[in-house]
Amino acid sequence: MQDIIKKIEKYKLLGRSGSRFPTGLKWETVKKTKAEKKYIICNASEGEPGTLKDGFILRTSPEKVIEGIRIALETIDNSSAFIYLKNDYYREFGGKLKTLSQGLPITLFEKKGGYLAGEETVICEAIEGKALEPRIKPPFPAEAGLWGYPTLVNNVETFYAIAQIDQGSYRNERFYSISGDTAKPGVYELPEDWTLKEVLEQTGNLPDFDFFVQAGGGAVGEILLPKELNKKIEGMATIIIFDKKKTDLNILMRKWISFFLRENCDKCTPCREGALRIEELLNEKNLNQVIWQDLFFVLENTSFCPLGKSMALPFSSLIKKLIVK
Amino acid sequence: MKKQIQILINGKKIKAQEGDTIYEVAKRNNIEIPLLCFHPDLEIKANCRICAVELAEKRDLVASCSTRVKEGMEIITDSLKVKKARKINLELIFAQHKEECVDCVWRFNCQLLKLAKKYDVIINRFKDRKTRFPIYQFKNAIIFDSGKCIDCRNCVEVCHKQGVDFLELEEKKHLFHIVPSEKLNRDCVYCGQCIVHCPVGAFEGVGEFEDIEKPLKEKDKIVVAQFAPSIRTSLGEEFGLPYGEVVTGKITAALRKLGFNKVFDTSVGADFTTSEESKEVVERIKNNSLLPVLTSCCPAWVKFIEFFYPEFVPNLTTAKSPQSMLGGLIKTYWAKKENIDPKKIIVVSIMPCVAKKYEVEREEQLFDGLKPVDYILTTRELARLIMKNEIDFKKLKSENLDSAFGEPSGAGVIYGASGGVMESAFRTTYFRLTGKELKKVDFEEVRGIQGIKKAEVKIGPNCHKIAVVNGLGNAKKLLEEIKANPKEKYTCIEVMACPGGCIGGGGQPMPCYPEIRQKRAESLYDIDSKKKLRKAHENPIVKKIYSEFLDKDEKLRRSILHTYYHKKEKEGFTILDLNNK
Ligand code: SF4
Ligand code: SF4
Ligand code: SF4
Ligand code: SF4
Repeated sequence: MQDIIKKIEKYKLLGRSGSRFPTGLKWETVKKTKAEKKYIICNASEGEPGTLKDGFILRTSPEKVIEGIRIALETIDNSSAFIYLKNDYYREFGGKLKTLSQGLPITLFEKKGGYLAGEETVICEAIEGKALEPRIKPPFPAEAGLWGYPTLVNNVETFYAIAQIDQGSYRNERFYSISGDTAKPGVYELPEDWTLKEVLEQTGNLPDFDFFVQAGGGAVGEILLPKELNKKIEGMATIIIFDKKKTDLNILMRKWISFFLRENCDKCTPCREGALRIEELLNEKNLNQVIWQDLFFVLENTSFCPLGKSMALPFSSLIKKLIVK
Repeated sequence: MKKQIQILINGKKIKAQEGDTIYEVAKRNNIEIPLLCFHPDLEIKANCRICAVELAEKRDLVASCSTRVKEGMEIITDSLKVKKARKINLELIFAQHKEECVDCVWRFNCQLLKLAKKYDVIINRFKDRKTRFPIYQFKNAIIFDSGKCIDCRNCVEVCHKQGVDFLELEEKKHLFHIVPSEKLNRDCVYCGQCIVHCPVGAFEGVGEFEDIEKPLKEKDKIVVAQFAPSIRTSLGEEFGLPYGEVVTGKITAALRKLGFNKVFDTSVGADFTTSEESKEVVERIKNNSLLPVLTSCCPAWVKFIEFFYPEFVPNLTTAKSPQSMLGGLIKTYWAKKENIDPKKIIVVSIMPCVAKKYEVEREEQLFDGLKPVDYILTTRELARLIMKNEIDFKKLKSENLDSAFGEPSGAGVIYGASGGVMESAFRTTYFRLTGKELKKVDFEEVRGIQGIKKAEVKIGPNCHKIAVVNGLGNAKKLLEEIKANPKEKYTCIEVMACPGGCIGGGGQPMPCYPEIRQKRAESLYDIDSKKKLRKAHENPIVKKIYSEFLDKDEKLRRSILHTYYHKKEKEGFTILDLNNK
C-alpha cells in the first residue's frame, strides 16, 4: 500500500474529469500537507451532456470504486470520504454504495445544482452548505478544501483505475462515452492511446455518411471533422456523432448556450455577459466574426472558472470548421 | 514575518512579500491597475475581471486582485492582451449598466467612464440589457436602480456584513438579480452602506439629485442650516482637498453663500445629547435598571434594534440625536429669543447619513406637532449644491458660526467618529457621578477602527464595563453575546451603524476606504485636542440654555430633547414607476 502513489505515478494516471491533472501529484500534495484531518471526495456528479461513464462504472463495478476510496483512506492519514453523487445516481446507486462502504468512513452526499456543481471547489462549497460558486484558486482543494482541510477530489473513474492499479490489473484503458447519430451508442472501455478513429472503428461507430463529431464533452467539447480523427481524445472521453445533413447548426449551438446559461454561476463578467451575448447573436443569426472572436477572447482568457474558459471552444471550432470555413 | 521576494512588474524589479496579491504590490509601487468589484472593506471576489494582468511565463491573464505573487514572477500590467481583455469586458459591463451620469453619485469621480476613455471602449457596442429593470425605493431613504447594477455583489455582501441581509440574490430564468428581500423578517435599516460600496452608483439617497434645492426655495421662510460633526473633515474631498482636511469655516461660508439665513453647528446639539444621555446613564446606574444603556443617536442602529432586537428597545437612551435636539432648540429657544414664529423656520441638517432622512420623518420626533428638522442634505448633496451654484469652495474664506448657539466643545466634535459619543458621555458622567472633573480626558481605549472595543472604566469606587461598536454586524455579535451570557453586565454601549462611525456614513463622499475614514477621524480628534473646551457640561451655551430655558419647564425639556422607540414591523420597499424618473 505504501507505494500506491509511486505506482500511480508510474502509470502516469491522469484525472478523468476533463482537466487531466496528474493523479499522483494530487495524492502526494494531500498526503504531505500537514493538517489534523483530511478529506477525500469521490466525484460522481457527471453533468456534461453525452457523458455517461460514471453511471456505467457505478452500475457495473461499484465495488472497485469503493475499493479505490478505501485505498485512499488508508494512504491518507486521518481522512474520511464523501461520495458526491448527482441526483439520479444517488437514487439509483445510493443503496448499493452504502452497503459496500459499510465499516468505512464514507458518507454519501447528494449533489445540489447543475453542471458547475461538479467543479471541485464548488463541490466543497456544496458539502459545506454554501452558495454554489467556484472559489478563488489557489489554494487548491488538495491544500485547503473542505472546511479548509486538505481534500483529495477524484473522479469515479479515477478510483476505479486505482483499484485496478493496486490489484495489478490496470491496462491503461479508459471509458469512452459514444452517442449521437449512430447505431451503437454506449460506454466502452478501451485503450487510452487509441485515436478517435480507432475508437469509432473498433466500436462499429464510424459513420458511412457525411458527419462531424464533438469530442471531449457534449457542451464543452471541440468540433472535429472526419479528417481530424487521427488523434487521441483530449479531456473527457466523450464523443458525439452528428449527421451533417440532418444537423441544424444554429439549433445545436442554441442547445449548448442554453446549457451554459443554465449551468454557469453568473459570477464573473465574461462568462455571465458572454453567454448572454452569444445567445443574443444566435437569436439574431448574427455571424459578425469580430464580435464572436472578442467574446471568445475574454471567455478563454479572463473567465473565473473552467466552465467559462471552456465555453468558447465548441462555438469557435464549429464556426471555423462548418460555417465560415 | 513574511518572506521577502522579488518580482518583475513591467520589467521593473520590485520587492514584495510572499502572500501579497499582485494588485497590492502594484499599488504600493504606484503602478495603476483598474478595479471595479474590489473594495478593501469586503472579501476579494475577483468577478469583474477588469484587473486582469498578464503573466509573462505562459502569457496567461490572471486577476491581479486575487492572484498572489511568487518569487521571480514576471507581470505585465499593460500588454496588448491586457488592454484588449479590459476593453471587451468593459464593453460587456457597459451593456448591463444604464448610464445615467447626470444623476449619479459617482458623477465626478467615475471609474467606469475613466476606464472607458482609457481603453477606447465603445459604450453601446452591445444593446443595454437592463433598461427595463426595476427601480426600488426603501422608504424615504434609499433608491436602488437595478438597471445600473453590474452584478459585482458588493451590496449584498455589505448588507450581510451589517447583519441585515435585506439585499438578496434571486435567480430568475437562470440569471441572478439583486433584489430587496420580500421576507418578513428582513428589512432595510437605511445605513446607506450599499451606496458607498456600489462601484457604479446603482444606489443613491432619496432626492439625492432632484430635491437638493428644495429647502432653499421655501417661500417667506427663515432657512437655518446645521451641519454634523463628521462632515467638517470629509466635505473638502469633494473639491479635491486632501483627505481629512478640516473645513469647518469654509462650510459655514458656503452655507451662507448658498442663502441659508443662519448657520449652526450640530456639534453643539451633541453637547446637549451628551448632557441628557449622561443624566440617563447616572439615573440608570443609581436605580440599577435598564442597563446596559444603548446610545440612540444613530438612526440606522435604532431601526436595527426596533426591527431585529425589539427586546432591547427599553435600553435605548430616549435622548434625541444631536441634530434633532438642536433643531428643537432652534424652533423653541431661538425662535422665542428672536421672536419668530417657529412655523416660519425651516431647519436643514447637513448630515453624513441617509438614515437621517428617515429619522426626521419619524413622528416620534415631533414636538408640539412640529418637526425639529425639515430637510436632510447629505455631505454629497451639499457638495453638489455648492458646485451647482458655482461656488469655488477651495477659495472660500473661513467664516464663524452664528453666535446664538455659541461654539461646540471638543466632545461634541468627536461624535463623528466611532467612540466619540462614549468618550463625551464619559467625560460628563464622570463629573456627574463623582463631582470631580476628569484630569485626563483622552479615552484612547474606545478610539480606533476595530469593530468592537471593550473597556472598563473606574468612576469613583465602581468599575463599569463599556463597549463601543461600529458596524451593525459587530453590534449583532455583541447583542448575541449579551443574550447568551447575561452575567456579563455592561453599563453602556455605543453603537454606530457605519464603519468607523459617521465618518464612514452612507451620505459621505466616495470612495470611502479605510485609510480615508481614518484620516477623517484623526482630524476630528485633532480638533478636539486643540480645543480649550473639551467637555459638554462645561460648554457655556449649554449651561446658559439649561438655566434660562430648559430647566424652567420640565415638560418642554422632555418634548424637545427626548423621544421614544417601539418595535417596528417590516417597512419594505416600493417599486418606482419607470417612466417617472
Ligand atoms: S457609474 Fe455613474 S457616472 Fe459612471 S458611467 Fe455609470 S452612471 Fe455614469
Ligand atoms: S447594485 Fe452595485 S454593489 Fe450591488 S451588485 Fe450591483 S453593481 Fe454591485
Ligand atoms: S441601506 Fe443598509 S440595510 Fe439597507 S439595503 Fe443598504 S446596506 Fe442594507
Ligand atoms: S453611523 Fe452615522 S452616518 Fe451611519 S447611519 Fe449611523 S448616524 Fe448615519
